[in-house]
Parts: sequence; structure tokens; C-alpha cells
Amino acid sequence: MQLDQLNNRIIYFDNAATSWPKPVGMMAAMIHYNEMIGGSPGRSGHHRSLAAARIILETREALAELFGCDDSLRIAFTKNATEALNIALSGILNPGDHVITSSMEHNSVMRPLRHLEAQGVQLSVVSCSGDGRLDPDDVRAAIRPQTRLLVVTHASNVTGTIQPIADLGKIARNHGILFCVDAAQTAGALPIQVDEMAIDLLAFSGHKSLFGPQGTGGLYVREGLEKQLRPLMMGGTGSRSEFEGQPDFMPDKFESGTPNTIGLAGLGAGVRFVLAEGVTTIRSKEKGLTARFLEGLAALPGVTVYGPPDATNRTAAVSFNIAGVSSSEAALELDERFGILCRPGLHCAPAAHRTIGTFSQGTIRFGFGYFNKEEEIDLALEAIRSLAGA
Amino acid sequence: MEEQRYVVFMFPSVSYALKAEKILKAAGIGHKLIPVPRHISSDCGVCLRTTEDKQQDVEVELLGRVEWNKVVLL
Repeated sequence: MQLDQLNNRIIYFDNAATSWPKPVGMMAAMIHYNEMIGGSPGRSGHHRSLAAARIILETREALAELFGCDDSLRIAFTKNATEALNIALSGILNPGDHVITSSMEHNSVMRPLRHLEAQGVQLSVVSCSGDGRLDPDDVRAAIRPQTRLLVVTHASNVTGTIQPIADLGKIARNHGILFCVDAAQTAGALPIQVDEMAIDLLAFSGHKSLFGPQGTGGLYVREGLEKQLRPLMMGGTGSRSEFEGQPDFMPDKFESGTPNTIGLAGLGAGVRFVLAEGVTTIRSKEKGLTARFLEGLAALPGVTVYGPPDATNRTAAVSFNIAGVSSSEAALELDERFGILCRPGLHCAPAAHRTIGTFSQGTIRFGFGYFNKEEEIDLALEAIRSLAGA
Repeated sequence: MEEQRYVVFMFPSVSYALKAEKILKAAGIGHKLIPVPRHISSDCGVCLRTTEDKQQDVEVELLGRVEWNKVVLL
């Protein structure tokens, strides 16, 4: 296929923001709920209400299988990873507590932490290397007697850099510190086992590599920890209706109000797709596409790539810049001339851009997904060559 | 013949009741999810009804897998 044949098609490289396309089963599951079930889950007790609640349980169980979690009720659903992170951070930290995070975090972690810092929580932001990697020894050195929590992204949304989660989990566990992982970029794309990685709180997005619709996400809470965790919202849960106090058990404590049943029906289909394909297969495909792209970029003069040099220690999100072209101009050209959809700028992660030295100009980010093809990578490289004037 | 009596298992919430339902289905133990009888609780959720003679079988299956609050004879 030639570039000029692309007028009527797009190359979707914005999977790090939200995945597209979705598996066919996702929309089918949502239509099935809407046409055949309806019903508010766990509220009314009639058979359609129970059918709706069963759909949500199936989704919970698929996620529990994916994350190696024995009890699916340890997972509370939220509208996105941001809400899950806000519950985790605001729910556990009190003035006087110390929290450690990395300099590669998204604003979904940084903004709640800065807000808590203004209320008296002590915050340490541990610097990462120029390619975005967090050194576990630096985390160990930042631990104080008051340290309550370590919160780290599993992989950067800017550079794709994968953090050494299992090592960090071990350090936290050995020091009696809680460990919260932001898996927005990795749930479904990289293996995650909450027990093996000593994860206490896992926030995930439903609409990225789990192939659900937008408006879905969740928080895994290690057994017993829910008693210490304050909910962000309180309200009706369909349980303990005779009491005016919020339930203190999972998942109801964090699931007030009618849930996004139709969205969770779609998420269930997405997660079952991931389980059927296998995370290893998905990872292998995405890693192959990323490696192909990195090799191609390395051959282009005037192109700077950020993050780890090879595909092993990174996800399928790649940030780069073209000399003499701003990231926003490049993204517009890629869209209008080549039908390539990507994301320029700071990606809601100013700290990460300071770490890699791109705070002023931002970067162009390509986020590859399981449904991308090698041919699309090759066409994109050709387009970048053209923009770079090489 | 003496009429069989029923018991209901009360759970913290519907998620627990449905988890129990799945376990009992797999184990082939007869049961039914019903709205919580008003005289037991004003809770708007559901509970799991089974015959009295199956109460112990149900408890054995659920123990350590899903938590319940109490069992009430209807």
C-alpha cells in the first residue's frame, strides 16, 4: 500500500490514550445487556436485576483471573484509573504520613499527591534516569520512619519505560510500607500478579489494553486493607439498606450509586478476549511492533527517541521528536497528510517530561496496540522520514 | 410426609450472593436467589434459599470461599 492510498483510512497509534479498535465481542456484550437485560444490578432482586449483577460478577472474576487474585470481590469498579488512584491515595494518606513516588508519574498520581501535600502529607518524588527508569536503591534511600505508601506507575505513559515492580514491591513489604501500582498503561499488556509482586493497591484502566469502553476502571485492594481505606464517595450500594452508615466491606464500600453496568459488560468481554489471546501473546506482538518502529527510527537522521533503547524494558508507547518540527505540528501533519493518529505534547505528565528533558517542547507519542500491523509501522516510518526531510 | 422447610443464607451484598450461586451451581446443590423476606430484614438485596436438609452442604461448599452473615429458618 502507498501513502497516497491512505486517504480513506486511518492508522490508529493512540492506544496509550484509549485502545481502538475493540474486539468484536465488546460491543456485542454491551448491546446484549441493553437489549436483553436492562436492570439495575443488586438493587431490586428481580431476575433481570440479578442477570445484570451476574454480568458484573463475571467481569470481576475475569479480572481476578488476569491479576492472580483469589477473591474477585477484592476488585472495586470505578469510572477510570484516575478515580481508583484518588481512592487509594486520598483514602490511605493522613497529614504527617510520608509517601514516596517517582518522577515519571502521570498527573493522575501527581495531582492527588500535590493536593495531599498541601494538607500536610510529606511527599518525596524520587528522580528517575534519563530514560525514565526508577532505581529501587533510590527508593530504599528515601524511606523514613513515617513512610506509609509507595506509589509508582507500572510503565510510563510517555516513554513506555517499565518499572521494576516486583523489586519495588519487595522493598515496600520488607519495610512495612503499602505499595500502590498505577497499571493504567499495563493492565492487559504486561503480566501482573498482585501477590507475587506484593501489590497492596492496583489501579487499572478498562479502556486501554483491557479493551473495555471508556468509563470503566477499577481498584484491587489487598485483603483487610479496605478497613483502613476511606471511600471518595458514599451512597446507595443495594446492601445494608437499613443502615445509614457506609458499608465497610469490599467492593460495596467503594461502589456507591448505580454502576456502569453496560460499560462493565463491555469490559468483561474485553478482559475475556485478553485471557483468550493470552497476555504473553499480546506482549510479544506489541513488543515486535515496537522493536520494528525503534529500529526504523534509529535509521532516520534528525529524529530523537526517548526512553529505553530497545523494546525489552518498555511498553508499546514510544515518544520521539523530529528536529525542526514541533510535536504539535508533526501530529497535525501526520493526521491530515497521512491519516496517522497520535498524541503530541506533555501527555498529562509534566514530571516525566522534566525527567527526560522535553518539558518545553513535549514529544510525539505513538501508542501501538494489539491490532496494529507491521505494514502500518512501515508506512509511519515513511511519513516521519518525509516530515524530517530526510 | 413432613413438609420440607427452607432456610435462607444472608450475605453482605448481592455480589456475595451471586458468587455463592456460582459455587453451588458448580457443586449441583439446589438453591434459589430470592429477595430478602421483609420480616427478616429491611435490606433491599437478595438472599439464597435452600431446603433445611441442604444447609450443611451449602455451608461446606461456601466456607472459606464466600462470606455470609447468617442463616435464618423461614
